[in-house]
Amino acid sequence: MEKRHVIAPATGSPGGAGGAVFGSNSAQWISILALVVFAVALPFALSKYHVFELTMVMIYAIAVLGLNILTGYNGQISLGHGGFFAAGAYTAAILMHRYGVPYWATLPAAALICFVLGVLFGLPALRFEGPYLALVTLAMALATPQLLKYFDTWTGGQQGINLPKPVPPHWLEIDRDRWLYFVALMALLIAIRIAANILHGRTGRALIATRDQPIAAVAMGIPTARYKTIAFGTSTLFTGVAGALAAIVIGYVSPEGYSLFLSVSFLVGSAIGGIATIGGAIVGGLFIEFVPNLANDISDAAPWAIYGLAMLLFMYTMPRGAVGTVWPWIGKALMRMGPHKIE
Amino acid sequence: MAGSIIAKSALAISLALTSGLALAAGQYGPGASDTEIKIGNTMPYSGPASAYGIIGKTEAAYFAMINEQGGINGRKINFISRDDGYSPPKTVEQVRQLVEQDQVLFLFSTLGTPTNVAIHTYLNDNKVPQLFVATGADQWNNPKKFPWTMGLIPSYGTEARIYAHYILKNLPSAKIAVLYQNDDFGKDYLNGLRAGLGDKAQKMIVATQSYETTDPTVDSQVVTLQGSGADVLMTAAIPKFAAQAIRKVYDIGWKPTHFLSSVSNSVGTVMKNAGYEKGVGIISAAFAKDPTDPQWANTPEYKEWLAFMKKHNPSANTADVQGVIGYSYAQTLVAVLKACGNNLTRENIMKQAASLHDLKLPMLLPGIAISTSATDFAPIKQMQPEKFDGTTWKLFGEVLSGS
Amino acid sequence: MHQFLQQIFSGLAAGAIYASVALALVMIYRATDLVNFAQGEMAMFSTYIAWTLVNAGLPFWAAFLITLAVSFVGGMAIERVLIRPVENAPVLAAVIVTIALLLIFNSTAGWLYSYTVQDFPSPFPDRPVFGALITTRDLGVIAVTLVMLAMLFIFFRFTATGLAMRAAAQNPESARLCGIPVGRMLAIGWGLAAAIGATAGIMVAPVLFLDPNMMGGVLIYAFAGALLGGITSPVGAVVGGLIVGVTENLVGTYLIASQLKLTVAFALIILVLVFKPNGLFGTAIIRRV
Repeated sequence: MEKRHVIAPATGSPGGAGGAVFGSNSAQWISILALVVFAVALPFALSKYHVFELTMVMIYAIAVLGLNILTGYNGQISLGHGGFFAAGAYTAAILMHRYGVPYWATLPAAALICFVLGVLFGLPALRFEGPYLALVTLAMALATPQLLKYFDTWTGGQQGINLPKPVPPHWLEIDRDRWLYFVALMALLIAIRIAANILHGRTGRALIATRDQPIAAVAMGIPTARYKTIAFGTSTLFTGVAGALAAIVIGYVSPEGYSLFLSVSFLVGSAIGGIATIGGAIVGGLFIEFVPNLANDISDAAPWAIYGLAMLLFMYTMPRGAVGTVWPWIGKALMRMGPHKIE
Repeated sequence: MAGSIIAKSALAISLALTSGLALAAGQYGPGASDTEIKIGNTMPYSGPASAYGIIGKTEAAYFAMINEQGGINGRKINFISRDDGYSPPKTVEQVRQLVEQDQVLFLFSTLGTPTNVAIHTYLNDNKVPQLFVATGADQWNNPKKFPWTMGLIPSYGTEARIYAHYILKNLPSAKIAVLYQNDDFGKDYLNGLRAGLGDKAQKMIVATQSYETTDPTVDSQVVTLQGSGADVLMTAAIPKFAAQAIRKVYDIGWKPTHFLSSVSNSVGTVMKNAGYEKGVGIISAAFAKDPTDPQWANTPEYKEWLAFMKKHNPSANTADVQGVIGYSYAQTLVAVLKACGNNLTRENIMKQAASLHDLKLPMLLPGIAISTSATDFAPIKQMQPEKFDGTTWKLFGEVLSGS
Repeated sequence: MHQFLQQIFSGLAAGAIYASVALALVMIYRATDLVNFAQGEMAMFSTYIAWTLVNAGLPFWAAFLITLAVSFVGGMAIERVLIRPVENAPVLAAVIVTIALLLIFNSTAGWLYSYTVQDFPSPFPDRPVFGALITTRDLGVIAVTLVMLAMLFIFFRFTATGLAMRAAAQNPESARLCGIPVGRMLAIGWGLAAAIGATAGIMVAPVLFLDPNMMGGVLIYAFAGALLGGITSPVGAVVGGLIVGVTENLVGTYLIASQLKLTVAFALIILVLVFKPNGLFGTAIIRRV
């Protein structure tokens, strides 16, 4: 009995078609430079509110990118990444609120804590696959608000924690919203770079082999357990950093912000953007940020029905995700940032 | 891009404002003009608290009716209500959009405790009124620190203290068990009860059990509480779980003096579902009229409310007390806006909201009045105790305030 | 001791609710190799159909049978129209489609019927029995769950359709070669699951009260129960559901503060699964290169 693949299996050699993101090819460099210039100029053409929205898009994109490493490249479905997002958010909140740590210094702390949590969680989770892993991660998502409420001396319980507002460096004459946009942009670029390095290098090939041909991978001597654990840890690291950034930008954390629906949103964003793609994470971020508002504008009587219909529409027209489906049609210059394998 | 279009229209509005100033001698903050008052709101139309969405829909329906009747001092109300799914980060986003993009004059009746806490500092820093928040937490009455935020309904803590005083007076040797929802709402009751009992709390409260809204039933919790040997039960639960608790208490043959939170004392959606005979003797408190309580069925106030709901809010369930709450919220705001006259600045909105004196509303209980002052941002402070007789709530004693 | 027994019995009553939804999950998993996250909301929606019929004046059992028929046809239609397009797509696409269905059913029910909690009539009398350990209505739910289990067992073991469905799910290629209409089998699987779900919804609505979010929590526990029992086994689904119900009560009463009982109950289930990765009654999935 052949199991269905969680995502489309790779056709052709995984690493070969793509090469590294931000590689050495000059056309590629130019297009990336153009994109970065556009991203830097963009906030000055928009209102503060729209800048704030785009900041959230980038933060969600980092979280989805984390999930993509797990789901897309490792074949594991997680319904619990909202829990790691919360862990990152509370790391930032507690460090800033209780210990007066500057906001930027909380990001590496959140990264470290969430990596360790991910590895610890990944060790038992490795024994599971398919619906069983979904259950284990679902339990994580459900437990998160309960634990946050229970350990209230640290987390502030129901009341949550108000974070001090980050101040932009004074030599830069720039307002807070635009400054946080650039902080998020930096984080996103670094995340993409790291993800590309992992996925296009040895680790990535091992992950893909583990996903598509687990038994063959073991037979070939790939230590699948170790790679899966690393994938889990890296994945939760990204999501945790995104959570910390979100807490800093929103300025408030409370248990209600990290419900099961957040975890589901990440999975939806990942599937809709393009599961095993880096560019898909950005599409996923856009979907998570904007589609609920659009749904509410169309119908405040049944907003989730509209949201659900949008999901169906995406899945029917682009079952491999927006980037996974549309990418092959887009010019070669941008191609290296996209799915290096689905063609 | 969209931003610049909005910037231009904002410019147009401010030009209109300046000319309006010269003509009608009206003073306007953002979002107000000779023809319009723009009001922002967030509601959980989706998500775990979507049962409260009816409040926002009723308010929108009420303002639509006011607009049909010519508006307030000739100005139409433009009520922009957005969905936050009861998620605080989403609330921040929606409120920033309302304030910065839609340029509303103020926020009204934003629903939920964590959601309002999330926007508390932002609105006060930007001096935007956060008026009549739709939550029963204790913290909104703090004009010194948060002069731009005001609640409306009695806080959960106030209600719990009313029960505590009743227990101390009438059941001084009570052993109390508490069933509460594991969130801000339930914890406020528990803390209010503890505060009301004072130093006796430690001894009198013998057991507490919480539930999550994802729990299918609270049967197990009720059984555990019975096992503690308590003879008083306080239930701070939303309607579904309150009905389950009333039924289970009866079914296992437990006969405590049962205090029931006011959010879940609806005759039509709680007492009926639990089984009328199972709720006899339960004590609760109220400030508004329960639309399913037969004692109000023939009063003109109820008939007017029903006619309004049928005509302007036909999709809403008229057995739901939240329809009365939304109606009363909207009426309070209309009173404030009328008092503002032609001075529709954010400062004056807060000033008038803080100058309500003995305002009576048709669907509040007789004897309940709304009063505020510059140092008192808790408009409704009183509730009346009541006891269920198998068909209706019988008000007893006098109107009480828990402070 | 009396309290201990009461906790066990109220756990069994809750467990029967989880078990009935878990059966529907197993049904779909066996038919299509997919966890249907919309199962609970489909059951809730069916229950609203029954509620509408009862309110229109139909006798309870007539409303029940009509709802079962409507749900069966509706479940088949969902498979044919909504699931079919992603049949050959990656599993994640199908998972996303069932999550979309969950949201659509929940939101549409709220829009059509409002979020106000409704009473629902029970076919069983409501009397405490056995020294108030349990009510006759709870016993009714347990009985109906066991009857459904027996019927499913007979269906899979002894009927031609049941056997064909097993073949279609386990090896679609060979089944097709044997002349089994695989597509129709998938649709029948969804139809049956929807009818099981409808039965579950109608049985539990008098206990939980009917509102659009009625099945949200139930689905999570049912999912846990189904996996604990082994996602391919109907017997496992029922045993798993009952274990989850009882465990949760005992954890909340004797082990830890009630605020953490869900967390601890899930941790225990996962601990069991670490040692029995295919659940208590599940069959191992054989993998080939």
